[in-house]
Amino acid sequence: MALTGLEIFKLLPKSNCKKCGKPTCLAFAMALAQKKAKLEECPEASEEAKSALAEASAPPISLVKFGTGDNEVHIGQETVMFRHEEKFYNPTVIAVSISDKLADDALKERIDAVNSLQFERVGTHLQVGAVAVINDSGSPDTFASAAGTVKKASPLAMILVSESPDALGAATAKVADVRPLLASAASDTAEAVAKIGKENNCPVVAQADSVEGLAELTGKIKAAGVEEIVLSLKARSLKDELYGLSRIRAAALKKTFRPLGYPTVSFVLDGNGEAQAAKGISLICKYSSIVVVESVERHAILPMLTAVMNIFTDPQKPVQVEAKVYRVGEPGSDSPILMTTNFSLTYYTVESDAEASRVPCYILVVDTEGTSVLTAYSGDKLNEKIVAEAMKKNEVDGLVRHHKLIIPGYVAVMSGKLEEETGWEIAVGPRESSMLPKYLQEVA
Amino acid sequence: MAVPEITESYTGSVNRLTLGATSQSGGTRATTVVVGGAANVVYGGSDTQAGERPVIAIDVLDSRPNDWPEYLSEPYKDVLDSPAAWAKKCVDEFGAEIICLKFDGIHPEKGDKGADHAVSVTREVLEAVGVPLILWGCGNDEKDNQIMPKVSEAAKGENCLIGTVTEGNYKSLTAIALADGHNLITEAPLDINIGKQVNILAADMGFPLEKIVTFQDTGALGYGVEYSYSIQERQRLAALSGDKMMAMPVICDVGHEAWRAKEAKSEDAPDWGRADKRGPMWEAATAICLLQAGADILRMRHPKAISTVKDFINELW
Ligand code: SF4
Repeated sequence: MALTGLEIFKLLPKSNCKKCGKPTCLAFAMALAQKKAKLEECPEASEEAKSALAEASAPPISLVKFGTGDNEVHIGQETVMFRHEEKFYNPTVIAVSISDKLADDALKERIDAVNSLQFERVGTHLQVGAVAVINDSGSPDTFASAAGTVKKASPLAMILVSESPDALGAATAKVADVRPLLASAASDTAEAVAKIGKENNCPVVAQADSVEGLAELTGKIKAAGVEEIVLSLKARSLKDELYGLSRIRAAALKKTFRPLGYPTVSFVLDGNGEAQAAKGISLICKYSSIVVVESVERHAILPMLTAVMNIFTDPQKPVQVEAKVYRVGEPGSDSPILMTTNFSLTYYTVESDAEASRVPCYILVVDTEGTSVLTAYSGDKLNEKIVAEAMKKNEVDGLVRHHKLIIPGYVAVMSGKLEEETGWEIAVGPRESSMLPKYLQEVA
Repeated sequence: MAVPEITESYTGSVNRLTLGATSQSGGTRATTVVVGGAANVVYGGSDTQAGERPVIAIDVLDSRPNDWPEYLSEPYKDVLDSPAAWAKKCVDEFGAEIICLKFDGIHPEKGDKGADHAVSVTREVLEAVGVPLILWGCGNDEKDNQIMPKVSEAAKGENCLIGTVTEGNYKSLTAIALADGHNLITEAPLDINIGKQVNILAADMGFPLEKIVTFQDTGALGYGVEYSYSIQERQRLAALSGDKMMAMPVICDVGHEAWRAKEAKSEDAPDWGRADKRGPMWEAATAICLLQAGADILRMRHPKAISTVKDFINELW
C-alpha cells in the first residue's frame, strides 16, 4: 500500500538541507507521496528508507515475464477486481500442453498443431501464447529431451511442468536461454526448485492445495532468491479454484498482502474441447493469468482467445472500427451502399445482418468517435456535413452508379439535409438492424 | 500462513423470485424454478452466498424460424412447425427447466400473425409441458401491445415471466402482467441508468419490484459481450450495496445473439474449426462468459451448447 506523506517523512533525515530542491523534508515527503518527486532527488536518504519506500511502492500484484524476444509474455500487474473500474492489464496467456510421452513424429506433429493455433477475426490476429511441456513420463532425461525439441520447433514461451526438481533441473539445463517458467515448487521441493530458478534466472510457480499454503510457500521461494513467482492453486475442484483465485486477488489488492501479490496459473487438462473452453473462459474472467489447456481443437481455442480479447479491452474507450468503406460479399457498381457509425458494436451488428441478407453491399463507416447511431446523432457527431465529408473522403461516387445512400432508420430526420448537402438520393433503412436482411432483399 | 480476511460491507442481495405456479398456487405447472438470491459477487466470499443455481431457459419459437443456420435447426427439424412438440422435446430430451416461448411470428415483418395464433400457441405449450414459461414478445411495440396482453391472459395464474417492457413502451404490458399475476422483464439497451429507470417506471405503476427480472441487450462473445458483462457486474454491486431498484435477477438472450456471430454460422471458415462444432461452442462460450458476471437466467438454443453449460453450472453451483 502506498505510504502517506507523514509516513515517508518519518523515514527521511529531517535535516531540511534543501538539496532536493524543496524547502523542508516534509515538503519533499508530501511531493513524494503525490508522486511529484523521486526519492533519488534526496542524496541524504538512508538505505533503510530506500528499501522501505521501494517495498511500499511495489505494485500489489507483481509483474512476471518468461520467454524471450517477440514471444516474451508478461503477466500480473493487475490493479482492480472488476473490469469496469479500470482496464485489466496483462491479458491472460492461453498455453497448450505437450506431453513428454510423445516422441519423434508424434511430438513434432503436436508442436506443429500448437504453433498453428493462430487466428484472424475482425481484423485482429489472435494466438496461443505459450507451450507447457509436461513431464508425464516421470523421467528427467525424456523431459529434458522433449523440452529441447520444443525449443527448436516452437517460438512460443515455454512452461516446464514437473513435480520433480531433478526433471526441472535437467530440462532447464537445455532450455534456460529461452527463460522458461518452472512449474512447480511445492512445499517439500521449494528450496530445490527455487535454486534452479535462481541459478538460471527463471520464474518459478508455487503450487499448494490451499490459499494459506501458497502464502507460506511464496515466502520460502522468495527467501531462496527468486523474485518472479506465479501462483498455482491445486484445488480439489474447479469451484474451489475459482473461489480461491478470487480470494487471492482480493487479498493482494484490498489488503496489499504481499505473499499473494503474484500472477496465477491454472491447468485445465481434462474433458473434451468444449468443457476445457468453458472452464478456461471462467478462469480467464476470474483471475487466472495463464490458462493451460490440452485441447488443440480450433473451435475450442478461438472462443478462449476471443474472451481474453473482450475481457481485457479498455472499458473507458469505446471500441472502434476503422472509418472506411467495407465490402460485404463482392459488391459491384449497382450494389446498395449503407451508412453506419464506427462504434464497433454497431458496425458488427450491421455487418452481420447485411451478410445474412446475402445481398452484396458496401458499408460506409462514418467516424463518430466510437458512438452508436442515436448517441452520435444527439451528440452532433453524426450530421449531414460529417456524412458528406466521409462520402467525399472515401470516394463513394466512384464505387456505385446509382448515387443512393441508405441511412439508419433512427436518423431519418437528417435525410432532407443530407440530400441537399450531397445531391444523393437518401433512402431510410430500418431502425433495427435485424430488419436489414429483409430490407436489402427488397431494394436489391 | 494466515491470510487477511476479506470482509465486504454488503448490505443487500439479489431478489429471489419464483417462476411457475403449481396447482397449490393456482397454476398448472408440475415444477417451479427459483432464481436470484446472490449475496456476494460471483465467486466472492463463500459459496453459501452464491444464491440460486443459474438456470437455462430453452427457446421455442411460435412460428418456424426461416433464418436459423442449418446446424442450429437440425436438432429441432421434426418439431419446428409445432411449438408444443418443440417445447416437449426441449423438456424431455434436452432437460429444459424453463421454456422461453418467443413470439417472433407476430412481428409485422416476420409473419404478422394475430392474437388468435399467439393465444393458441400459448395454450398448447402450457398443455404440452409442466415447466414454467417465459413469454417474450417480438420487439415491435405496436404488435406487442396488441397481442402480448392476450397471451398474458391466456396464461393467467401460471406465474410466467413476461416481457419485455422498455422505457418507451411499458404501460400496457406492465398493467396486464400485474393483473394476471406474472413476473415482468424490463429491457434496456446496454445502459445501466435506463435499466434502472424502467424498473422505476414499472414500480410506479404498482408492479412489485421482487417480481421483476432485468434484461440488457446481450452482446455475443466477440460482439460486445464485455458491455453486457460490465453492466451485469455493476448491477450486482448496486444490488449488494442495497439499491432496491437494481436488485433484480438478470436474464440474457444468449442463443439468438451467439448464432448471429460469423464464428457460429459461417460454413466455410475451416480456420475457425469444425463448422458443426463452432456454433454450439460459440453459444456455450457466450453463456459461460455471462455467468462469470452474474447472469441468473440464460436463454439458449443448441442442445450441445446447453449440455456444456449445464455441466459447468453443476460443477460451480
Ligand atoms: S534533500 Fe533530503 S534531507 Fe535534504 S531537505 Fe530534501 S528531503 Fe530533507
